[in-house]
Amino acid sequence: MKVNWETFWIRIVEATGETITMVLGTLVFSSIIGMALGILLFTTREGNILENRFISALLNFFINIIRPIPFIILLFVLSPVTREVIGTTIGTAAAIFPMTIAASFVVARVVENNLISIDPGVIEAAEAMGASPRQIIFTVLIPEALGPLILGLTFVTVGLIDFSAVAGTVGGGGLGHVAMTHGYQRFDSSVMFVTVVILIILVQLAQWIGNFLSKKVMRR
Amino acid sequence: MITFENVSKTFVVGSKQVEAVKKVTFDVEEGDIFGIIGFSGAGKSTLIRLVNGLERPTEGKILIKKTPLHELKPKQLREVRRKIGMVFQNFNLFSSRTVEQNVEYPLKLSKVPKAERNAKVKQLLQFVGLADKAKSYPEQLSGGQKQRVGIARALATDPEILLCDEATSALDPNTTRDILNLLQKVNRELGITILLITHEMQVIQSVCNRVAVMETGEVIEQGEVFETFTNPQHATTKEFISATDQSLPSPQLLDEWRAKGGTDLYRIIFKGERASDPILSTVTRKHQIDFNIIYGSIRELQQQFFGNLVVSFEGKNDAVMACIHELKSIVDIEEVNTNES
Ligand SMILES: Nc1ncnc2c1ncn2[C@@H]1O[C@H](COP(=O)(O)OP(=O)(O)O)[C@@H](O)[C@H]1O
Ligand SMILES: [Mg+2]
Repeated sequence: MKVNWETFWIRIVEATGETITMVLGTLVFSSIIGMALGILLFTTREGNILENRFISALLNFFINIIRPIPFIILLFVLSPVTREVIGTTIGTAAAIFPMTIAASFVVARVVENNLISIDPGVIEAAEAMGASPRQIIFTVLIPEALGPLILGLTFVTVGLIDFSAVAGTVGGGGLGHVAMTHGYQRFDSSVMFVTVVILIILVQLAQWIGNFLSKKVMRR
Repeated sequence: MITFENVSKTFVVGSKQVEAVKKVTFDVEEGDIFGIIGFSGAGKSTLIRLVNGLERPTEGKILIKKTPLHELKPKQLREVRRKIGMVFQNFNLFSSRTVEQNVEYPLKLSKVPKAERNAKVKQLLQFVGLADKAKSYPEQLSGGQKQRVGIARALATDPEILLCDEATSALDPNTTRDILNLLQKVNRELGITILLITHEMQVIQSVCNRVAVMETGEVIEQGEVFETFTNPQHATTKEFISATDQSLPSPQLLDEWRAKGGTDLYRIIFKGERASDPILSTVTRKHQIDFNIIYGSIRELQQQFFGNLVVSFEGKNDAVMACIHELKSIVDIEEVNTNES
């Protein structure tokens, strides 16, 4: 059964909007949570400004458990929690919750890796100048790693577009949902084609914005 | 100004213990440019990092202007650190900040108002000769320029003490001289006490007034630079000195001298006033012998002359002996043993 493109394009526009909402919503929440976790992961490492073996081991343990779980499985595992928190497991908001959980841990590792690449001498210089741990985090760690951090978040964003399509197939809405219900289940290759093209454009756009912003802060 | 009292620092790495600093005791006086020299791994960086609490001693005390560092709470320690500038071998500038933002940074930490910060940054960049680079990023600067920024940044909060960890070790000889001159200017014009560490005797010799020599965590020799340089006690100290100032000709040259039937050689050391008097010619003329300078130098050290000459005496044996005896009462003189260099 083919769709009628005369009227169906409105559904595509809506779905694109839902996908963008899911991706941006998740990006905002997971950036905040992931940034906090990543900074904690880095600063509690041995010899670092907030060295703490217990917190460090605990965080690593959690991340190493959650990260390898395939997203589709995590979606199902988390669905009771999602219902508790969001009130439903259907729709955009219900997709943002599990996506944020999964993405936060990815962001945490990305942030940690970027912070590790900061020259420890620079952190030491700030310490020698009497900077407090909080001042070091906000005036040294984040500004010094900002360029690579933006690239890392861009990488995460591209992954989120993928996540959103997966979430869409199980009721999250968006382009994934359209591709699933109209393209795949009803064998309409034109819908499949259009959604794929839009997803590719979204990925390109995210990458382009990320590159632009990181170039701006890195001045290279 | 800075007092080390029996200070030790032991690192525990896995099951191993590394004694980086062992029972160090000395004082840095106000107005000093105090140098610590030692080979790599001697414990110099650990020692200097103890002064601003980047490391905590495992034993002993460090007093800054009579304040014992170990009694301070983290917040108080940060206050003390704001009054101790630090300069690093690899500059450690913030790559995301411009030159002026780097210099401004410690002022921001101390919550100095914007207008005051701007004035101070401008004045400091003028002082280090980088006023025209205010808007550049560190990556656009040469090593020497980066270190000037590092020094300006360290001076921003008007510290009383400046710590320099191998501040010139990443620089070429010309730039090293410029930076050392700048440090001297900091000491003289701003009255800042400087504690610097280095592995180059030349650095000590050109700017320091006092020196401590470190080896495997211990201070093996310390004192006035002129005294230590002209009369070193420890083998390691001698080794450092010979790197900048070869006091004797090479063994090959000495052997050649012997082979050609040359007479005994004597090393004469003149210090201070003595170096400018015509001692050698006066004394040899009195004993009616000749002298022949075969090697040596006269140099300036801490605004004093320091002469080191290797001479042979030509004349009757008794006259030579009498002459040497008389010289011994005026200068340091010793026979050169050809088997050592
Ligand atoms: N944080 C540390 N942990 C373990 N060992 C250290 C640490 N810092 C320094 N050391 C060890 O202490 C010794 C002295 O090091 P350092 O003070 O850096 O010497 P220097 O500055 O004279 O080259 C070395 O053996 C070094 O490996
Ligand atoms: Mg060192």
